[in-house]
Amino acid sequence: MKRIFKTVATSVATAALLATSTMAEEPKKGGTLTMAIQQTPRHLNPAVQSGTATGQPGTQLFASLLRYDEGWNPQPFLAETWEVSADGLSVTINLVKGATFHDGAPITSEDVAFSIDTVKANHPFKSMFAPVENVETPDANTAILKLSKPHPALLLAMSSQLLSIIPKHVYGDGQDPKSHPANSEGVVGSGPFKLVEFKRGEHVILERYENYFMEGLPYLDRIVMRILPDESTRAIALESGELQMSGFESNPRNIVRLKKNDALHVSSEGYAAIGPVNWLAFNTKGEKTSDPKVRQAIAYAVDREFINKALNLGTAPTALTGIHPGSPFYDATVEAYDLDIDKANALLDEAGYAKGSDGMRFALSVDYGWPAMKPYAEYMKPQLKKIGIDVAVRSSADFPTWAKRISTWDFDMTMDNVFNWGDPVIGVHRTYSSDNIKEGVIWSNTQQYSNARVDELMEMAGATNDANKRKELYAEFQQIVANELPLYPIFASPYHTVSSTSVGNAPDSVWGTSSPLDRVYLK
Amino acid sequence: MGLGQILAKRIGYGLILLIAVVVLNFTLITIAPGDVADSIAGDMGGADAEVLAEIRSRYGLDQPFAVQLGRYISSIAALDLGYSYFYNAPVTELILQRLPATLLLVFSSQILAIAVGLLLGVMAARKPNSFTNLIVTFLSLFGFAAPVFWTGILLIILFVAIWPVFPVGGMMSALLIDAPWYEQWVNIAYHLVLPMVTLASIYLALYSRLTRASMQEVLGSDYVRTARAKGLAENKVFYKHALKNSLGPLVTVAGLQFSAVISGAVVVEAVFSWPGLGTLALQSILARDTPTIMGILFFSSLVVIVVNILTDMALRMIDPRIRAD
Repeated sequence: MKRIFKTVATSVATAALLATSTMAEEPKKGGTLTMAIQQTPRHLNPAVQSGTATGQPGTQLFASLLRYDEGWNPQPFLAETWEVSADGLSVTINLVKGATFHDGAPITSEDVAFSIDTVKANHPFKSMFAPVENVETPDANTAILKLSKPHPALLLAMSSQLLSIIPKHVYGDGQDPKSHPANSEGVVGSGPFKLVEFKRGEHVILERYENYFMEGLPYLDRIVMRILPDESTRAIALESGELQMSGFESNPRNIVRLKKNDALHVSSEGYAAIGPVNWLAFNTKGEKTSDPKVRQAIAYAVDREFINKALNLGTAPTALTGIHPGSPFYDATVEAYDLDIDKANALLDEAGYAKGSDGMRFALSVDYGWPAMKPYAEYMKPQLKKIGIDVAVRSSADFPTWAKRISTWDFDMTMDNVFNWGDPVIGVHRTYSSDNIKEGVIWSNTQQYSNARVDELMEMAGATNDANKRKELYAEFQQIVANELPLYPIFASPYHTVSSTSVGNAPDSVWGTSSPLDRVYLK
Repeated sequence: MGLGQILAKRIGYGLILLIAVVVLNFTLITIAPGDVADSIAGDMGGADAEVLAEIRSRYGLDQPFAVQLGRYISSIAALDLGYSYFYNAPVTELILQRLPATLLLVFSSQILAIAVGLLLGVMAARKPNSFTNLIVTFLSLFGFAAPVFWTGILLIILFVAIWPVFPVGGMMSALLIDAPWYEQWVNIAYHLVLPMVTLASIYLALYSRLTRASMQEVLGSDYVRTARAKGLAENKVFYKHALKNSLGPLVTVAGLQFSAVISGAVVVEAVFSWPGLGTLALQSILARDTPTIMGILFFSSLVVIVVNILTDMALRMIDPRIRAD
C-alpha cells in the first residue's frame, strides 16, 4: 500500500481550522501570553532532553517535521509532504520551501539528517529512531529515511518535542550536543518563537519569529513561561489573572475549583499523546506478588470507582490497560476487575493463603514516589485489609530514593505514573518487554514481567505500518496483560489545561501545550 | 590577646569548620539512595539503560566514594565549585545568578525585623504593664509560633486571593524586561513586600522580646538610677544610657540568627517562587545535583562563618568588657 499525503497549503489549512473551530472569531495578532511551566528545564533543546519542562518551551523554539491534530492525524509542518514506501523501508520527506532558522540560515535536508542523527544518538528514548539506518539527502529539500524494518512509531516520533529540527551549523561544531551552550543561551531554533531570555527558576521569554515559515503565524508577539512549581500558587495566579494559561494541572481539588470560575476555561484535551497512565505495579518476582492470583485478588479488592470519585473527584478518565484510553490502540474490553471482595478472598484462598486467627493472611508493602501518589497508596491499606492483606505504606524522601528502590526491585507494590509518549512502541513496550528488565533504570520493566507471547506481539506490532493489524495485535496484548496483571491500571492522570477565556485556540491537539502555540491568540 | 590575634584564631576555626562541612555533606549526599541519573530520568519521563550508564560514567558516579570525595575536595581547594550535573552550567555561575535575590530578601527582612523589633521592644519596655506591651507580647508569640510557610500562605490568601493588592510570586514581572531600571526596581520592591514581611515575622518577634527583656533589665540597674538621680531628662536616660547598653544581646542574636535566616529564606523563597539560592538549593537537593548542593552549602557556610566573625568583632567594639577579656 502506497500512501501519499498531498500538500495542503498552509493558509488553506489555517483557514479550514478556523472555519471548523467552534469559536468562529477572527484571530487577532499581537499581545503577550503569560503561562506557567512547573519546573526549571535543564535546558531548552528537546533533541537531547525529553520531558515536558523542556518540551513546552522547546516546541516553540524548534519546529518538527510533522504536527498532529486532535484526532491523531499527521499534518504537514516542516515536511510539506511525506511518503512511506510500500515495503515501509523508506520514507521520503519534502521540506517546505523558504523555511529558515532564527539566524536566517535556510533549513535544509542536511539539518534534518543531522537532527535525526543527533536525536538517535542522544535522546533517552532509543526506540524512536532505532530502525533508521541512514538519512539520504539527494537535494536540499528532500530527505529519505532508510529503515531496517517498517517502523510504525516513526511518524509520531517526527512530531512535537520528539524530533526537533536543529541547525547543523550550530550544533555540528564538535561539542557534545547534550551540554552544548546553545541549548540554554542564544538558541538558534526553527520554530514559531525565538528565545529572548531564559532565567532559571524564573521564566523563559519567547518572541515571535518574523520569518516563520507558516504564513501569518504566530499570532502572539510574546510568550512568557513563568516557572512556578507550586500548584496552589499557579491556581491563585490563574484566578487573579496573573497567568493566562497553565498546562499539566493535575490536582483534582484545584481543577474542580478552577472549573467553577467563569473567567477560566478548563480542558482535559491535549494529553492523549503524552498518555499518562497511573497504576499499581507489582513486583512479579516478589514472594507473594509472583502469584497472578494474588495480583488479581488485589485488583478485585481495589475499588477503581471509589478512587475516581472520591480521590480524583471525577477529573480523571478510567484506564483499564497500560495503553492510554485516548490512544487509538486502547482496548476497553479487557477484564476490568470491578470491585468484588468475595472473589478476591476466594482467589487468595485458592492461592493457599488462608486467613489467620486475626483475619489476616500476609503482609505487603506499597511504595509511592512523589506526593501526588500518596493518597492512592494510603487508600490500599484499609482497602486491602478487607481481604486480609496487611499493607505497609512506604514513603520515599524524594524521587531518586523511590526510583532507586523500584529500579533495583526492592518493593512489593508501588503506585506509578508512566507516559505513553505517542506510540506504544516508544512508551508502552518498555513496561512489558522482557528485554527491558534492567537494574537501575526507572520506568523500564521494573515489574520484571516476562511472557514470550507478549514479547512476540509487541515485536510484531512494532514492525508493521498496517494500523488495523496493529490494533488486533495490541488487543491480544492487552487481553493477556490484563489477565496476568503485572500491573493494575487505575486511571489516566487528570491533566488539564487551564486557560483564561481571553485565550483563543487554546492547544487541544494530542500533544497539548507541548506543541507549537503558533495559532494561539489573545481576544 | 589583641584583636588581630583573636581574628586570626577565629579564621582558623572557620577554615576547619568549612572542611568539616564539605566532607560531612558530601558523605551524606552520596549515601542517600538514588543519584542524579535517576532524577534526570524522572525529569525526562524515563530513559534507556545506555543513557543512564552514560550519565553515571560522565559524572564519575560509577567511581568509588573516596575517589569522588577526593576529586571534589581538590577542586574546591582550587576554588572551583564544579559543574552542575542537572543544569549543565558552572555552579559558581548558578549561585551568582541567584545570590542577589537572596541577599535582597535576607537583608531587607533583617533590617525590617531589627527596626520594627527594636521599636516595639522599647515601647513595651517603657510601659511594662500597658496595653501596648500586651499587644507586642501577643504579636511576638504569634509570629514566633507560626511556621514561616504558613505565615506566607496566609499572607498570599489575604493579599493576593481575597484582597488582590500584591502579586502571587516571582521577583519581577517578565513584561518589564525592556523597561527602564527604575520601573524594574519599583516592580521588584512591590514583589518583595510579602516575602520580606513573611521572613521578618519570625525575627520581629524574637528581636522585640529580646529588646524588651534586656531594656527592662538595664532600666533596673544602678547606673540608670544614678542618671535619673542626677536629673537627666527621661528620654536621654532611656535612649542614651539604657538603649545603648541593652543592644548587646540583640547584636549577638541577630548575628547568630544569620544562618537561621538563610534557612528561613529557603522556605519563603519556595512559597513565593522567589528566584534565589533557596529555590536553587531545594531543586538541587530533589535532583541530587551534588555539585550544586555542595556549592550552595559551601557558600552559605562561608557566609555564616564570616558573619559570625564580624558579629564577634562588632560586639567587642560595642562592649569594652568583652574587649578586655
